[in-house]
Amino acid sequence: MSSSTNTTTHHTSTIGAIGTPSRRNTELALLVFAVVIPVFAYANVGLAINNKVPPGLLSYGVGLGLLAGVGHLVVRKFAPYADPLLLPLATLLNGLGLVVIWRLDQSKLLQSIKQAGTAAPRQLMYTAMGIALFVVVLIFLKDHRVLQRYTYISMVGALVLLLLPLIPGLGANIYGAKIWIHVGSFSIQPGEFAKIVLAVFFAGYLMVKRDALALASRRFMGLYLPRGRDLGPILVVWFISILILVFETDLGTSLLFFGMFVIMLYVATERTSWIVFGLLMSAVGAVGVASFEPHVQQRVQAWLDPMKEYTLSRQGVAGHSEQAMQALWAYGSGGTLGTGLGQGHSDLIRFAANSDFILATFGEELGLAGIMAILLIYGLIVERGVRTALAARDPFGKLLAVGLSGAFALQVFVVAGGVMGLIPLTGMTMPFLAYGGSSVIANWALIGILLRISDTARRPAPSPAPNPDAEMTQVVRP
Amino acid sequence: MNKPLRRIAIFCGLLVLALLVRDNWLQYLQADSLRTDPNNRRVLIARYSKPRGDIIVDGDPITGSKKTSADSLNDFAYKRTYKDGAMWSPVTGYASQAFGATQLESLEDGILTGDDDRLFFRNTLNMLTGKQQQGGNVVTTLNGAAQKAAYDGLKRVGGKGAAVALDPQTGAILALASYPSYDPSSFAGNSTTVDSKAWTKLQKKNDPSDPMLNRALRETYPPGSTFKVVTAAAALQNGLYDSADQNTDSPLPYTLPNTRTELKNEGNIPCKNAPMRVALQFSCNTVFGKIGADLGKDKMLEQAKKFGFNSEQFTPVRANASNFPKDMDKPQTALSSIGQFETAATPLQMAMVASAVANDGKLMKPYMVDKLQTPGLDVITQTQPQELSRPLSEKNAQILQSMMETVVKDGTGKNAQIDGVTVGGKTGTAQHGLNNSEKPYAWFISFAKLGDGSSPVAVAVVVEDDNANRDDISGGGLAAPIAKNVMEAVINSKK
Repeated sequence: MSSSTNTTTHHTSTIGAIGTPSRRNTELALLVFAVVIPVFAYANVGLAINNKVPPGLLSYGVGLGLLAGVGHLVVRKFAPYADPLLLPLATLLNGLGLVVIWRLDQSKLLQSIKQAGTAAPRQLMYTAMGIALFVVVLIFLKDHRVLQRYTYISMVGALVLLLLPLIPGLGANIYGAKIWIHVGSFSIQPGEFAKIVLAVFFAGYLMVKRDALALASRRFMGLYLPRGRDLGPILVVWFISILILVFETDLGTSLLFFGMFVIMLYVATERTSWIVFGLLMSAVGAVGVASFEPHVQQRVQAWLDPMKEYTLSRQGVAGHSEQAMQALWAYGSGGTLGTGLGQGHSDLIRFAANSDFILATFGEELGLAGIMAILLIYGLIVERGVRTALAARDPFGKLLAVGLSGAFALQVFVVAGGVMGLIPLTGMTMPFLAYGGSSVIANWALIGILLRISDTARRPAPSPAPNPDAEMTQVVRP
Repeated sequence: MNKPLRRIAIFCGLLVLALLVRDNWLQYLQADSLRTDPNNRRVLIARYSKPRGDIIVDGDPITGSKKTSADSLNDFAYKRTYKDGAMWSPVTGYASQAFGATQLESLEDGILTGDDDRLFFRNTLNMLTGKQQQGGNVVTTLNGAAQKAAYDGLKRVGGKGAAVALDPQTGAILALASYPSYDPSSFAGNSTTVDSKAWTKLQKKNDPSDPMLNRALRETYPPGSTFKVVTAAAALQNGLYDSADQNTDSPLPYTLPNTRTELKNEGNIPCKNAPMRVALQFSCNTVFGKIGADLGKDKMLEQAKKFGFNSEQFTPVRANASNFPKDMDKPQTALSSIGQFETAATPLQMAMVASAVANDGKLMKPYMVDKLQTPGLDVITQTQPQELSRPLSEKNAQILQSMMETVVKDGTGKNAQIDGVTVGGKTGTAQHGLNNSEKPYAWFISFAKLGDGSSPVAVAVVVEDDNANRDDISGGGLAAPIAKNVMEAVINSKK
């Protein structure tokens, strides 16, 4: 891609930068698959449920194709050296999520309890909004280092976003977790956006303070103990996480923020002691809150004995839910290869079947094979994010990229682990797959920022300004 | 910063790996137990996703399957239906979408749904040819006419009761009726408005007559005087008396051993030193009470056990164990030997007693499933009659037959006489409750013998009468006509 053929004649003293291939055509080829696979899945669902190709197939395919195409063109124009995998992977997950949301829309059971019915068109609209935000990020955020200027504004912004659900009249308590706010007819989960804004704050803050945090420490029993005043920020973040847990009863978000901070702190300072402190503090916090917060205790009980929870729920005991057990049955009934799209009974999960529990439908209908593929796609997104952090040339970019990817990984682990019964259930959504506007929009923005950082990272170093002296040097040809 | 970044990359990889491992555990190792967990509704959805096989009597199905309306929220495609459900429910049990399955519907569920391993080859073939899996059929031994006679008879009397008819030569159950009964169709679906209400109404706490109790198999009643047949068998088998017409050593009045309590007879009947034939004909408590006391509890228990007492029977539907008490003193043994004290028997048990006598002393294992069929009507298994025990020698059995025949010919069982057929029987009126405060049970056990000496049917009928005057109740009056109709129905259907 470089002009190396010409350098021999014009710039004989310098060797032109060997251009990194932009990989935009790879991305386009992968995007074709990322659009075609969900279209086939969509046709599959229609054939399985109604014995005919769904009438919306064409518009769905064109819609998803257009969104992916716009995304691709914007990347080609505004971030030509960006990572080629992230956009296709996110498109594939988003497309499959749409298909399964549409599949659950067909369930009469879910329609009857107002859990589904028109979710897919709305999700398609949210996806369009997400892609729009993605485009806006790529067009207007020419350089991610600009974000560094907004470090402390980000902090305030994140705190406001996190506290919004607690404002009376605005916040809404939906099934025990206060993580939504109502604006008009929309309900928004500010926590999804707070994740990104907080990552910006942490990256900016840690970039400035990393030396102080890393070097000013005493060695004690093989660990570098930070000074008391340097402990301040971690204590503040820890305290905020605990507050979220207590007042919004949202275990997942709390874990996510604290985990993200510890990861970024560790990367910034290269001190293992922070990890130890982080783990200790989250353990203390979790156990402490669980000792007096019944909502958290109940989640733990339900995790330890889902069958008992199911029985209690069936007996009509208030505050218990059969979801966890229903999700396990969905997985078990799917087995290795699954029942096939549209042929399972995951609607038995009822509440949140197409949002928090959507992975159970994948488990039942696509089986172990399908879930492993999806988990690996998530793994790839995370590892491409960390790769971006490795490649980034500036510490702010490194920290922001690893913060966002780490948060993404933690969210996938907390949600998927919760639905599969590996850890207690928390109220969060699978990025891209699950029904929910805030989640889809925020995660598209997250992918946009990662692409911007990777574009900066992989962009060839600008060629040095032409040296006037070079022109005068003549090559003596033999 | 790159070293910690690489470690974070590994950490994120481990998170994904943990999820992968968990998913393999869930969807591979645990998959089968989760999939077949009875609480997993998918098990029921699969059970009702196709028409169920049928339960068959006399070549015609007494069950059916109906497609549920497609527009409803019901996730079960088919629902069980029953023909004459109330009459047949003691045989079929029920298969309800909301309330599970019992009896034959539950025991032969594998065949009826087609999931049984013995249908594996056919299922695989169907899968390859794209045909839907079908359920097989359960062919019963029951006799429709006899069942109808039994159920209609019980219904006419109106009290709680049950009737069982056996083929003495094979043990095949010909009739198995219980009254009051329930129609399993009424709650076969899973509608909360219709089916749940019907179900709730049938529960014992809402209906004191407990229609869902299978009285023929699951309720034990004091057998009263019908138990004297067992006592007579014990006397003959143990050599206490060698013939029906030998005078017994029976004082009148008879005081229970070691007590001052006098054992009374019903009315003024010729029981003093009466031969067993006479004693059975008039139902002498004194004679058989003393026989029991003379033989002792061990010999009585042994004889009762040979007739099937004190063990559950599997027809394959389970019947409760009838009870002959194990620990008792002499006077209690005397009372137990005339079917009082703690002696209690299911109607099936007393039918087994009659059938062993009729079959020349050979007790056949009672069964109600003749064969299991594939959907294509090929036989999967055919039940072979099995001998359960030999409570009587052939000679003693014939002595007892003639004693029972006398009861019907000249004694308390005249109501069971059938023209042209030899009938043997024994009545019973069992009182129970403190100071006999509760309603008595009217019993009748009998067998019919054809001209060629073969016996096609043995019957036991028990009726509890809520309404009638206490004095009116007697096995001969209420139960014998029902037994007669059942025996006639069997004999006529064989012609």
